[in-house]
Amino acid sequence: MRNTIRFLVNDEPRELRSIDTNLTVLQYLRSVEKYCGTKEGCAEGDCGACTVVLGELRQGKMVYRAINACIYFVPMLDGKQLITVEGLASNEGQLHPVQKSMVECHGSQCGYCTPGFVMSMFAYYKQNTEADRTSLENALVGNLCRCTGYRPILDAGKQMFSEPGCGRFDDRHEHRIVQKLKEIQAEESLHLEHSDQQFFAPTKLEELLELKNRFPEAHLLAGGTDLGLLVTKLNRRLPVLISLEKVSELHTLSVLDSEVILGAGVTYAEAESVLKQEFFGFYEVLLRLGSVQIRNLGTIGGNLANASPIGDSAPALIALGAEVSILSMRGERKLPLQDFFLDYRKTALQPDEILTRIHIPRQVQETDSFFRVYKISKRFDQDISTLCGAFYLRKVKGRVEEIRIAFGGMAATPKRALQTEKFLRGVEWSEKTVELAMELLREEFTPLSDFRGSAQYRKVVSANLLHKFFLETSSSESRVGVLHHA
Amino acid sequence: MHKKISGGVSESVVHDSAIRHVTGQAVYTDDIAESYHQLHAALLLSPHAHARIVKIDLSKAWKCPGVEAIITADDIPGVNEVGPIFPGETALASGVVQYAGEPIVAVAAKSESEAKRAVAAIEVEYEVLPAAISIEDSLAQGLKVAAEHTLKVGDSQSALKQCEHVVSGEFHIGGQDHFYLEGQVASAVLGEGQEMLVYSSTQHPSEVQKMVAQFLGIPRNQVRVEVRRMGGGFGGKETQPAILACIAALLSVKSQKPVKLRLNRDDDMIMTGKRHHFLTRYKVGFDNEGRIGALEMVLAAGCGQVADLSTSILDRALFHSDNCYFLPNATLHGIPCKTNTVSNTAFRGFGGPQGMLGIENVMDHVARYLKMDPVQVRIRNYYGTADKNLTPYHQTVEDNIIPEITEQLLNSSQYFLRRKEVEEFNASSRFIKKGLAFSPVKFGISFTTSFLNQAGALMHIYADGSVYLNHGGTEMGQGLFTKVAQIVAEEFQIDLSRIRVSATDTAKVPNTSATAASSGTDMNGKAAQIAARILKQRLIDFAVSEFKVKPEEVIFHNNRVTVGERRIGFSELVNMAHHARVSLSTTGFYKTPKIFYDRGKAKGRPFLYFAYGACVSEVLVDGLTGEYRILRSDILHDVGTSINEAIDIGQIEGAFVQGAGWLTMEELYWDSKGHLKTHAPSTYKIPTCRDIPLDLRVEILKDSPNQEDTVYRSKAVGEPPLMLANAVWLAIKDAVSSFCAPGENPNLNAPATPEAVLKAIGSLS
Ligand SMILES: Cc1cc2nc3c(=O)[nH]c(=O)nc-3n(C[C@H](O)[C@H](O)[C@H](O)COP(=O)(O)OP(=O)(O)OC[C@H]3O[C@@H](n4cnc5c(N)ncnc54)[C@H](O)[C@@H]3O)c2cc1C
Ligand code: FES
Ligand code: FES
Repeated sequence: MRNTIRFLVNDEPRELRSIDTNLTVLQYLRSVEKYCGTKEGCAEGDCGACTVVLGELRQGKMVYRAINACIYFVPMLDGKQLITVEGLASNEGQLHPVQKSMVECHGSQCGYCTPGFVMSMFAYYKQNTEADRTSLENALVGNLCRCTGYRPILDAGKQMFSEPGCGRFDDRHEHRIVQKLKEIQAEESLHLEHSDQQFFAPTKLEELLELKNRFPEAHLLAGGTDLGLLVTKLNRRLPVLISLEKVSELHTLSVLDSEVILGAGVTYAEAESVLKQEFFGFYEVLLRLGSVQIRNLGTIGGNLANASPIGDSAPALIALGAEVSILSMRGERKLPLQDFFLDYRKTALQPDEILTRIHIPRQVQETDSFFRVYKISKRFDQDISTLCGAFYLRKVKGRVEEIRIAFGGMAATPKRALQTEKFLRGVEWSEKTVELAMELLREEFTPLSDFRGSAQYRKVVSANLLHKFFLETSSSESRVGVLHHA
Repeated sequence: MHKKISGGVSESVVHDSAIRHVTGQAVYTDDIAESYHQLHAALLLSPHAHARIVKIDLSKAWKCPGVEAIITADDIPGVNEVGPIFPGETALASGVVQYAGEPIVAVAAKSESEAKRAVAAIEVEYEVLPAAISIEDSLAQGLKVAAEHTLKVGDSQSALKQCEHVVSGEFHIGGQDHFYLEGQVASAVLGEGQEMLVYSSTQHPSEVQKMVAQFLGIPRNQVRVEVRRMGGGFGGKETQPAILACIAALLSVKSQKPVKLRLNRDDDMIMTGKRHHFLTRYKVGFDNEGRIGALEMVLAAGCGQVADLSTSILDRALFHSDNCYFLPNATLHGIPCKTNTVSNTAFRGFGGPQGMLGIENVMDHVARYLKMDPVQVRIRNYYGTADKNLTPYHQTVEDNIIPEITEQLLNSSQYFLRRKEVEEFNASSRFIKKGLAFSPVKFGISFTTSFLNQAGALMHIYADGSVYLNHGGTEMGQGLFTKVAQIVAEEFQIDLSRIRVSATDTAKVPNTSATAASSGTDMNGKAAQIAARILKQRLIDFAVSEFKVKPEEVIFHNNRVTVGERRIGFSELVNMAHHARVSLSTTGFYKTPKIFYDRGKAKGRPFLYFAYGACVSEVLVDGLTGEYRILRSDILHDVGTSINEAIDIGQIEGAFVQGAGWLTMEELYWDSKGHLKTHAPSTYKIPTCRDIPLDLRVEILKDSPNQEDTVYRSKAVGEPPLMLANAVWLAIKDAVSSFCAPGENPNLNAPATPEAVLKAIGSLS
């Protein structure tokens, strides 16, 4: 068992043995490294001022992803390169193309958001060879700027691809980094201790189950995008953390004949291309879950285990008829997802159990099958749903053969509209029957009023979404709305 | 052959800190290297909107590890006072708390987390009192933070009776959090004796200095306040920073160590003031053509628990309730409502946006009632140039250029063609409708409190020819330092790179006004120009006596000075002057001419001039969900003669997007107990890069120098363009109205959240 973590800060190696395991990378950079270029704007992953980039070795090659340093714990850096805004320009002060174009396009005013933008753009720069507006926006909606109005930043995002390089992060430089990263990769499980805290990163599933059995109160740490907030927002201490990152069984993604199986530790970013192909509606709503920084870390397993009534994966997965696999040393069990949620933030997981896999039937690929997910929020991107409705329909000869309607934000858990479904099953899929169903649906839930929306708004819109689903599945217009990515 | 200097006036040079911004080297208050015995502070905030403090028990907090000082209102050696206009506004609650979030106790400890833990150990006993949360609550109980104020022109009461049509209405205009990316922060460093150095993220260092001195009970010459830059201000750092600075300074005195107080985002949003929310009621009389004969409008502003700047803000709201329109008979009445919520404060536009949205909504109502294109109604009511130009505060509009701007923009945006297209689209689309709207802006420039219109600069030329400049203005991203340096470069005809603007510092320029009211460049640019001209004159005088030439023969150009036949490098001349014992240091002082306002009579000339602009926006609205998208915005804006077009465009676009956020997605929500529920970016949504118009076309009005003698005939640009976003709100309203019956005026509130949209369509009842 290892008891130290090793990582790079820009090009410099670091080795830490005793470190507060709840310390965020943002705090670490500012207070330990004295790198103050990375800013805190919110400490909750929502503003992007703290954006840094992780450089990692995958099959011998470097991959880069932007993350929020404010909710990322230092032990998670193990084996990675942490790239900060201080690391982009050359030692001689020559600016990186991203920086150069930001200067030339007047992309900064007060400059406080700028380091974060620069880092998000740097990740985009490394992943693309040119910019198109939609994908650039996708990459930048996790960064808030209150000064510029964004136009010059988007311009810079286009211009950066035609700026000359500065020698940093070119092939030669990357080659050196690859060598350095190779030296610090470790196969062995990790166990850090610091005063009353412990941090485990097991590499085998059995080990993980044993740990969870031994420490039933421990927090399983996937992306940490929910857990991080407990520390930064609620001032909680998480004494025992068990990271899922190195357990390869949790990161598999397989497309079988009848179902798609997602490992619980698969991030949104990793699932993107399969979901796009298989369950487009799900993919679309996930593109609006958090920001790139969040999706680079957040997992579908974490979203389900967190059991928020407004988590965005649950309605879609319930409507798709998904099941979850649950594992402990006692054995494995499988549950329909809708039965996984017991009550407000309460799941069927026992203290020694972990969520391992999500099984999604490939039914939607059948003819006359329709699937849509509608997320309603005040802002299109990086906002929590006021409500989220997912609809699955299979028609046979114009009649409803099968229908599943699931909502988030309408009750204490993600929930199916069973009465409405029952009414619709077997009837003709027409505006008339849908309008009757809408009346039922409007009264099926008793949602809350809060700052995201009133109960009345939620009721009316839940029914209107059924209407929208009808319009999109019965007319030539496949989309009725004002907002979608494509 | 005259080569030009680099970085003079009208060149689009980049922000003076741009390279530092992109490399992470720009130092903000929280980034200043800490001392080895640095302490960090945390605050206990009131959980109640209104309560009497019965008892504060600090015994457990004192026992917490790392704690070095704890203060309450009882520990203040001077006066517990941060009111910018009226006395009686405290930094730490004394006896009662008047809003949920009011600071009561401050703790300094070795680390932020230790300070927070100690705060959690403080026990306070409260006697909860009834609280007024909404404007309606406040109006019903007649609670006010100051006296009401009325502007009057003509006789609206009798004129209303003569009008062919009279309609009335009422709507809510929400507030707005500044959401500067850098939260409020102050860092106090105790010096020897009573000396106190405060690094503060403030737009108003002199006021921080004043309040800290008062608070500690020491003269102002003991207190020095410095700010190099802010990570955004937008008005939120005009009065609010004094609260943090006073607390940090006293903790520093008590602990005898440097203390930093940095608010996390939640505390920042809960504890500090925002844009005022308004309830606006109107009654308007007009003829068949839509010409307004009389207007009565009541603006009830939700001020929060104390006045802060509310009276000036409400004044400015009233001053902009005419916008570009001539109102022959008007009674505009402002009520500064007291509520048990955080005291609202300055925010870009300073009441102007709320006033202006009120009259724009009236114009829209009139047009819908008459089933006319709202543009026609607006144009018909514009101020004249020779006549019909008296405002409700009795200033004559002398520089009206809104008709030209309107014509240009309607053409370039193809408004009328697109109006037809929108109608056609809407006729064939059941649930998705388009909306199109035009709205003009006329914004008055100057502090309406006349004495504030003064500024100073300090300038040295060193013997190597490099210029050091310091002025009272603060840099918050608006590019002030860059513009003022460009002005100085232009005066001396030397490259911009030779001029350094240093951190704003109360020890260098005293008694300054806030960098606010868009006046930064107008005032500090002038002060710096005056200082430069004084030094330049000394150099000319020196050259005249040294080289026996006439003053006209001394010409500064492209880093050189031509003296008669000779050409001397600027630095060479400076060095010679230095050896001849010429003083190369001076101050410059500027005060804005012409302005005055007699508040008793509600008459005067509060503004030196007006800045104009207009916007056409088009939106798409989903009638099933209330969601929308801004498709296109065309903007034409007046900045006089631009000192730096890139910076001005940056201000226009940034303000517009900020205004659009205010009117669409940015919703402040207090629950019935007075707790703000939207106090972080997870719950309070400001626009992202996807929320700006798909197609955004911004132009600066060409060849339109300021008629007044401002610095290089430029115009202020910080605030006016925020109100261009009224067109976005009006476009949403336009789309909403196509879900309603013709002639109906939908009752849309601001912000037009998806829920507000569905409500206005009538789907929620
Ligand atoms: C800025 C921001 C924006 C966000 N936006 C959205 C949004 O739009 N929609 C939305 O739905 N969510 C959103 N979230 C919430 C969050 O990103 C998601 O819930 C995410 O999927 C959580 O995954 P994670 O891997 O980060 O979970 P973690 O934080 O690592 O874990 C979450 C919880 O699940 C438990 N857990 C994780 N994995 C397992 C497992 N395999 N078995 C058992 N328990 C497990 C953890 O112990 C913890 O209790 C947002 C969060 C942030 C910070
Ligand atoms: S500080 Fe705002 S996202 Fe991290
Ligand atoms: S430049 Fe100020 S927040 Fe972006």
